[in-house]
Amino acid sequence: MLRGLFQKDSNHREARAEGYVVPDSSRCLQCGICSYNCPIDIDVRRYAWLGKPVQNSQCLTCGECIIRCPRGALRFERTNLFVEA
Amino acid sequence: MTNYVILGTGVAGIGAAEAIRSIDKKGTITFIGDDPHGYYSRPGLAYLLTGEVEQSQLFPFRPDDYKNLDAHFWRGTASAILPQLQMVQLSDGTRVPYDRLLIAVGASATRLKVPGANLEGVVKLDTMEDTQHIIALAKRARSAVVVGGGITALELAEGLAVRRVKVHLLIRNNRYWSNVLDETESGIIQHRLKEDKINLHFESELDSILEKRGKVAGIRLKDGKQIACDILAYGIGIQPRMKIAQEAGITCDRGILADEHLRTNIPNIYTAGDVAQVFDPISGRAVIDSLWSPARDQGRVAGTNMAGRSMAYRKPVSFNVTRLAGLTTTIIGNVGIGTGRDDDMTIARGDSETWRDLPDAIIAQGGFDVNHLRLMVADRTIVGAIVMGDQKLSSPLQTMVRDRIDITPIRDQLLAPNARIAEILVNFWTQVHSNRNNGSPSAATATSGLRELSVR
Repeated sequence: MLRGLFQKDSNHREARAEGYVVPDSSRCLQCGICSYNCPIDIDVRRYAWLGKPVQNSQCLTCGECIIRCPRGALRFERTNLFVEA
Repeated sequence: MTNYVILGTGVAGIGAAEAIRSIDKKGTITFIGDDPHGYYSRPGLAYLLTGEVEQSQLFPFRPDDYKNLDAHFWRGTASAILPQLQMVQLSDGTRVPYDRLLIAVGASATRLKVPGANLEGVVKLDTMEDTQHIIALAKRARSAVVVGGGITALELAEGLAVRRVKVHLLIRNNRYWSNVLDETESGIIQHRLKEDKINLHFESELDSILEKRGKVAGIRLKDGKQIACDILAYGIGIQPRMKIAQEAGITCDRGILADEHLRTNIPNIYTAGDVAQVFDPISGRAVIDSLWSPARDQGRVAGTNMAGRSMAYRKPVSFNVTRLAGLTTTIIGNVGIGTGRDDDMTIARGDSETWRDLPDAIIAQGGFDVNHLRLMVADRTIVGAIVMGDQKLSSPLQTMVRDRIDITPIRDQLLAPNARIAEILVNFWTQVHSNRNNGSPSAATATSGLRELSVR
């Protein structure tokens, strides 16, 4: 079980190293559902307003904001040069 | 020091203020607005109604953001613009001088004009107050009738249904949103609405609202049929709030007319957002978009010009992502199918006049489940698309329509009987995307000789 937990944490760290959540501002209505559902209270909506990737070291890349956004304004984008997007 | 005055506190005004402040650090910016809640996500009201978000979450700006804008917010109603004096007069008689004025007062819901329209229980989804009122009424309501044919009517129907109110949706035509969606698309939405236990009444027109002790007790249709209800909710379009501009001698048509620099015909007065009817040099006509992102962009362009720089607004391909009966739907470009108007609506929230534009078209269909794709194919480009359900192709199609990507290599494949349109597009897009990243030029062309394709 412990191994599983460590594995999970490792996956998160790996995910954070490989990419981040990227907003498409033209799709965003600033409804705030993304920020509302972020388990660690990142103001994802603010990134969407500014048109910037969610480059927040606290981001778990859990994907909750991506799933909840009713307009498909968020996507996960890989930054790892060796992994195909 | 320049004195900027912005009428309205919506996203167009905020976009303008941000643009002004990025250029002019010293000028004064004054907002004048009558909405007690100031700037909030109006499209987000639908999600407040469904309970997906809390009211406090609908306010995008934090105190720091307002501090950075360094603007004054004046709650009041502008009653007149005095261009000769360069002043705005408020309803209490106060006069506010301006050097540059932006009219970004938005639009209001078109009022229902039937007997009983003023009864308690008749509601619309236009402001924060409206939404709070509906939520309060829904707590004790058993059934509701929703009138209207576009996105807002569905938001009302779904929001009320989520709150365990039995919903009847009146549709004037023989299917839902018949001037934008085709029969298959309307069918998908209608099927899902029925699954959500929403009762659909086609070719049904409201005659009057029935009363019991000053409250809504039911409605009567034009054919005499009656439906008992506690709430009558309507979303029958919006009207740009252009009276103040008309009275000031500013040229208006369906909205306040603006050139591509968002200037009105009167010097130093600009307009943006839902109230503006903006000239589009590509189509050669002025159109209204009631969409969040174009409103912000128009505000930005207006603000840039107000601050002394020169920037032209290039109308993007009209585009919206919305949820229809729980199904994410993207509407891009010209997708109208020319079956007349919906429920007397001119334009509604989340709507664009250009969607109704109809090219000469033929239809081909196929597919499965709830995923649906319709393309409007011209000689060398795709000029419009509707993507329902699976949204993988939504962004690529937005780019393909916007950038008028040359689709000659796949045009015949797309038009072939029983073509696997989605697969063809994915393969094509992968190639285009790869070429773009490698710096290869992508072709663009004019449009003519349209064909419509549809796949499910």
